[in-house]
Amino acid sequence: MYDSGKIIPGIILFVGLFTFPLWSNLGKAAPAPKPELPKTEKVCVMDAAFMKTEHMVLLNDWRDKVVREANRVWVGPDGKEYQMSLQNSCMQCHASKTKFCDQCHNYAGVKPYCWECHLEPKENM
Amino acid sequence: MNASRSIIFSLVAVGILVCLPLIGVAAGMTSFFGVIVPYLAVALFFIGVVARVVRWARSPVPFRIPTTCGQQKSFNWIKPDKLDNPWDNKGVVLRMILEVLLFRSLFRNSRMEFYEGPKIRYASAKWLWLGAIVFHYSFLVVLLRHLRFFSEPVSSLVHLLEGVDGFLEVGAPRLYISGLALLAGVAFLFLRRVTIPQLKYISLPSDYFPLFLIFAIAATGVLMRYIYKVDIVSVKELTMGLATFHPVVPEGIGSLFYIHLFLVSVLFAYFPFSKLVHMAGVFLSPTRNLPNNSRMVRHINPWNYPVKVHTYEEYEDEFREKMIEAGLPVEKKE
Ligand code: HEC
Ligand code: HEC
Ligand code: HEC
Ligand code: HEM
Repeated sequence: MYDSGKIIPGIILFVGLFTFPLWSNLGKAAPAPKPELPKTEKVCVMDAAFMKTEHMVLLNDWRDKVVREANRVWVGPDGKEYQMSLQNSCMQCHASKTKFCDQCHNYAGVKPYCWECHLEPKENM
Repeated sequence: MNASRSIIFSLVAVGILVCLPLIGVAAGMTSFFGVIVPYLAVALFFIGVVARVVRWARSPVPFRIPTTCGQQKSFNWIKPDKLDNPWDNKGVVLRMILEVLLFRSLFRNSRMEFYEGPKIRYASAKWLWLGAIVFHYSFLVVLLRHLRFFSEPVSSLVHLLEGVDGFLEVGAPRLYISGLALLAGVAFLFLRRVTIPQLKYISLPSDYFPLFLIFAIAATGVLMRYIYKVDIVSVKELTMGLATFHPVVPEGIGSLFYIHLFLVSVLFAYFPFSKLVHMAGVFLSPTRNLPNNSRMVRHINPWNYPVKVHTYEEYEDEFREKMIEAGLPVEKKE
């Protein structure tokens, strides 16, 4: 092999960089998040499987309906009426942001920017 | 293969690759498509790329063959072109950095065209450069953003990238520009191939297949993010399991994810054996990575065999008397 003084460091650099996911976690996977579900309520505004993957779509939908159409009342699939509101609806049942929303979001590495304006509920630890 | 057959062949190949995990996951082969295939693909990727580089490094490059596009260094009063005709390692490193990060030689791309009958002119052609920049950088950004699936806690650099990429704050989940830019970039590179006749003529399945494969990966990714959502928490359990060598296959991840993962695995496995390996090759191109110092340093060909030489001195020693006799001039009289 020619130029091994450059080739070998190059290969080491390549393998080192590209295996970052393999060594940076030191072989330990963080446990999956366990968002704390509301104790007093039984059901969400939609079924849980839908909420798990589509809650941001629903929020976006609510936002558009409120802000653009001035419509604040939303009727769920079970016929129940809800006020369309992040703070006054979602966060009434899911009273702790850190124990619920943040659990998943930290794990999945999402940082919704909503809380720059919307108030998160006061945490009473 | 002609153009349309190359395209159809590549399309069918990608189509089959999409169907395999679809059928497999329906038949319950989630750990095969979620664990075994990705591991095999990644192993093949590393072994293949390293073997390629070693194979390249074993071929001698005895002479300096850089492509030069500027004045060579000579007399002090002639201004040399440091970047386009580098004579030392510093110049080469600078030239390589600009080549790798900014695709400088592509920027110089020109097009020959006829006008007014037989007259020829050269025009600058920057679209390829632009398309390549958009494609490669959006690919890089998408790939780096994917680190959120492979590390815990997620690095703040990844969050920074997400913030910049999603700065439009359109919709929820927030729209990332890089995803669309990647699709647009691949689409442009494909359209370029089919609309320019000369290019179409020289394009092979090995040109179309990677484009279609990457398009399919990006398209499944975009669909998965905005339309047919999958459970990201379970996805991360799977990817973290892969990264920490404790593989787990959570229930109920949509099959779109397995299609995405399988296509990515195919991309990794195919990488070292295809033109995509130019990722490593660009660093080993002798037309770029050599200083043009042929006139300053003697480069000896390693496979030169010893040549029997008979110098003039030896010749004269042999024939001196005869030369003197014949009246020929000699350098040493005795
Ligand atoms: C009436 C009270 C109530 C309201 C209002 C409510 N939720 Fe829920 N939510 C629940 C309950 C109860 C569950 C658990 C449901 C179950 O497990 O079947 C839940 C589940 C969820 C889940 C799934 C968690 C998991 O790990 O399975 C998400 C995500 C969620 N809610 C988000 C929201 C968002 C976003 C809003 C506002 C749009 C909202 N919820 C409004 C009561 C509520
Ligand atoms: C720039 C500040 C700002 C940001 C950031 C923001 N919102 Fe809002 N949002 C508002 C304002 C102002 C209203 C109108 C409040 C009203 O009329 O009650 C509103 C209303 C809403 C509503 C309906 C009314 C209510 O009480 O909740 C929803 C739902 C909502 N936003 C969701 C979101 C989500 C989800 C995000 C993050 C993706 C977000 N917002 C980010 C400012 C913001
Ligand atoms: C079951 C886990 C889970 C829970 C609980 C949860 N989320 Fe999420 N949320 C996610 C995941 C995962 C994403 C990212 C999806 C993606 O990247 O495609 C997300 C994304 C979002 C987004 C879009 C962020 C963006 O900028 O793209 C918003 C807004 C959001 N969640 C709001 C909430 C709120 C408000 C709550 C609490 C009431 C909540 N979520 C609870 C898992 C969860
Ligand atoms: C092992 C490797 C990979 C895994 C596990 C993976 C997984 C995922 C997942 C789960 C999503 C959905 C993200 C969301 O909903 O927020 C996604 C999106 C996406 N993926 Fe991948 N992916 C991988 C590699 C790649 C590669 C190599 C490419 C580049 C061609 C790519 C391109 C995309 C694109 C364009 C999106 C759209 C959303 C975005 O930009 O984040 N993926 N991927």
